[in-house]
Amino acid sequence: MVRTTTLKHLALSAALMAAATAHAQKAEVIHWWTSGGESAAVKELADAYTKAGGTWVDAAVAGADNARAAAINRIAGGNPPTAAQFNTSKQYHDVISAGQLNDIDVVAAKEGWDKWLPKPIIDSIKVNGHYYAVPVNIHNPAWFWYSKSALQKAGVASEPKTMDEFFAALDKLKAAGLVPLAFGGQSWQEWITFYSMLLDVGGKDAYLKFFKDHDVASVNAEPMRKTLAALKKLHDYVDAGSPGRNWNDATAMVISGKAGFQIMGDWAKGEFGAAKQTAGKEFGCFAGFGPSAPYMVAGDVFVFPKTSDKTAIEAQHKLATVFTSPVTQVAFNNKKGSIPVRTDVDSSKMDLCAQAGVQAMKDPARQIANPDMLMTPDMVGAVQDVITKFWNGNQSVDDAVKALQGAVKG
Amino acid sequence: MRVGTQPAARRRRAVAAQLALLPMAITVLGVYIGTVLWSVRISFSSSKIFPTNDFVGLAQYQRLFNTERWIVSLQHIVVFGVLFIAACLVLGFLLAVFLDQRVRGENALRTVFLYPYAMSFVATGLVWQWMLNPELGIQSTVRALGLPGFEFDWIVSQDKVIYTLVIAAVWQASGLVVAVLLAGLRGIDEALWNAARIDGVPRWRYTLSVVLPQLGPAFGTAFVLLAVGVVKVYDVVVAMTQGGPGNASEVPAKFIMDNLFTRANVGLASAASTVMLLTVLALLLPWWYGRSVQSRREARA
Repeated sequence: MVRTTTLKHLALSAALMAAATAHAQKAEVIHWWTSGGESAAVKELADAYTKAGGTWVDAAVAGADNARAAAINRIAGGNPPTAAQFNTSKQYHDVISAGQLNDIDVVAAKEGWDKWLPKPIIDSIKVNGHYYAVPVNIHNPAWFWYSKSALQKAGVASEPKTMDEFFAALDKLKAAGLVPLAFGGQSWQEWITFYSMLLDVGGKDAYLKFFKDHDVASVNAEPMRKTLAALKKLHDYVDAGSPGRNWNDATAMVISGKAGFQIMGDWAKGEFGAAKQTAGKEFGCFAGFGPSAPYMVAGDVFVFPKTSDKTAIEAQHKLATVFTSPVTQVAFNNKKGSIPVRTDVDSSKMDLCAQAGVQAMKDPARQIANPDMLMTPDMVGAVQDVITKFWNGNQSVDDAVKALQGAVKG
Repeated sequence: MRVGTQPAARRRRAVAAQLALLPMAITVLGVYIGTVLWSVRISFSSSKIFPTNDFVGLAQYQRLFNTERWIVSLQHIVVFGVLFIAACLVLGFLLAVFLDQRVRGENALRTVFLYPYAMSFVATGLVWQWMLNPELGIQSTVRALGLPGFEFDWIVSQDKVIYTLVIAAVWQASGLVVAVLLAGLRGIDEALWNAARIDGVPRWRYTLSVVLPQLGPAFGTAFVLLAVGVVKVYDVVVAMTQGGPGNASEVPAKFIMDNLFTRANVGLASAASTVMLLTVLALLLPWWYGRSVQSRREARA
């Protein structure tokens, strides 16, 4: 019995090896980059891998949730892809603890990731001393975008430098009959607005106490209460049609000059670009207030599901190496609208906002992890439920504080 | 039936029939009932992103009923369900009676009424969203036509958003009720009306007292189809409101999907699914029982 199984294994691995040599390091990659700009970006990754001698098998699944579910289902079903996309977050940490991912310590050591990767990213991809994912980009979900023509029409002389100036500008926009804040009332957009406000109003310490330490006491402290009050105040500046609106429809309001500001991730740049607008000319951008404002780090990674097949592991290592090379990083991120995970790259071809992002990332003190890196998806969901209720209803700050405490208690 | 003749041949035929049914039986037992049982099993585990095999008792159920969003979802589905089913049945019945008057262009009208049901709600829901949006749709159009005081902003109102879902869902599903009830109406003997007419009974009275009682089974079928639609209502919410504003239009199916996929919470999602399954069974079992009692009585008569 034992012998037959061994024989079977031998036959199987021989067949696998034959198959592997036939397709030079075939790598099946699940990702959710399906829109025009995104697929152009992922093609850069595919081309780089092909150039390095591999064969790229594209497995694009529309929608981030669907793509992650597809990857999880295939891992659970025992037929995993070579690599799968996740956000730089805790989304895949359960998969690590289930022992279902290969580490890529070999590549990380060879490329010296410890030395040059930003700390928030390392914290997300390095678990128990092992690297389990390769980061490909940095998105900051907490940018402020504004229409220069709208601000001019409202008599706002310059970009707001503080939160007070920001609210003053909103007041002027309102008085001028414009929509002060372009907003899409979907719970994930309310969530982005909440944590941007917590970082910019409550400050870095309050932000970390809440998201990183899940500190129940900090919820009732002054910074959080001030944030919630500011969030509620912000609601006075959105238009009646905002509930249910898509983020890009909100961006379109800024593009057309009907609205003044939008708080949204740097993927919004794609919309401005598609409308032939240039940063610094028709629209402006800032990622926080003041020159030392914290810069929120989010983005995408690829994980490598467990396999003991040697060629597959080689393919995984090659993917990780290729994805982080300086040339691929610049080519990919220029098309994606994000910024590279390394700062030792040529930023001359990037737009104004991306250059500001690279500049901010050069100062480690300004880097700060986004909430999805610090909380489990489960807890993020619970907090989101509280925030969406608070934003849309007439709940008092006291009640919201109580609900938030319940959410982080877990 | 000639009982007892050629028993071997009959048995052979029975075996053949059973063999032919076997794949279906295996599918039903393994795929449907098996997965249902497995979901119930998972609802007693601490499963997060992957299903696990541990046992945590009723912990997931406890958490479920301490989750405000779940409770709110249940309240919404009750309001939605009652209004949706009632409106569909009333509207569907009136339209079916109207079509039954041998109106001209009946075929075309029937297609028109049934068409919404044939289309994906992901597409039509988006159209409803635009029509109901106060800045784009009906409200702004009527205001532009010269009625500046006109207000119809239900979809952005926390208290009224659920009614917009009912409107859109009734628009979609009432055509199905028309089709089912029209088939029932056509099965009623024309001679009854002739007899009633001779007795001087007005048409409306005839419809209420003679036609309506005979439509019982057709109404039953329509009710079950609509009730199933209520339990699994998801696409209309996702397309029109995404559960918002806030949590004002959250429904159980959306809670389950969010926890299964986005929130990596398979255990909680399974517990919620199990609660939904039990609710459906609690509603359907009495109905099934009633039907079987009735058919047995008819068989005896």
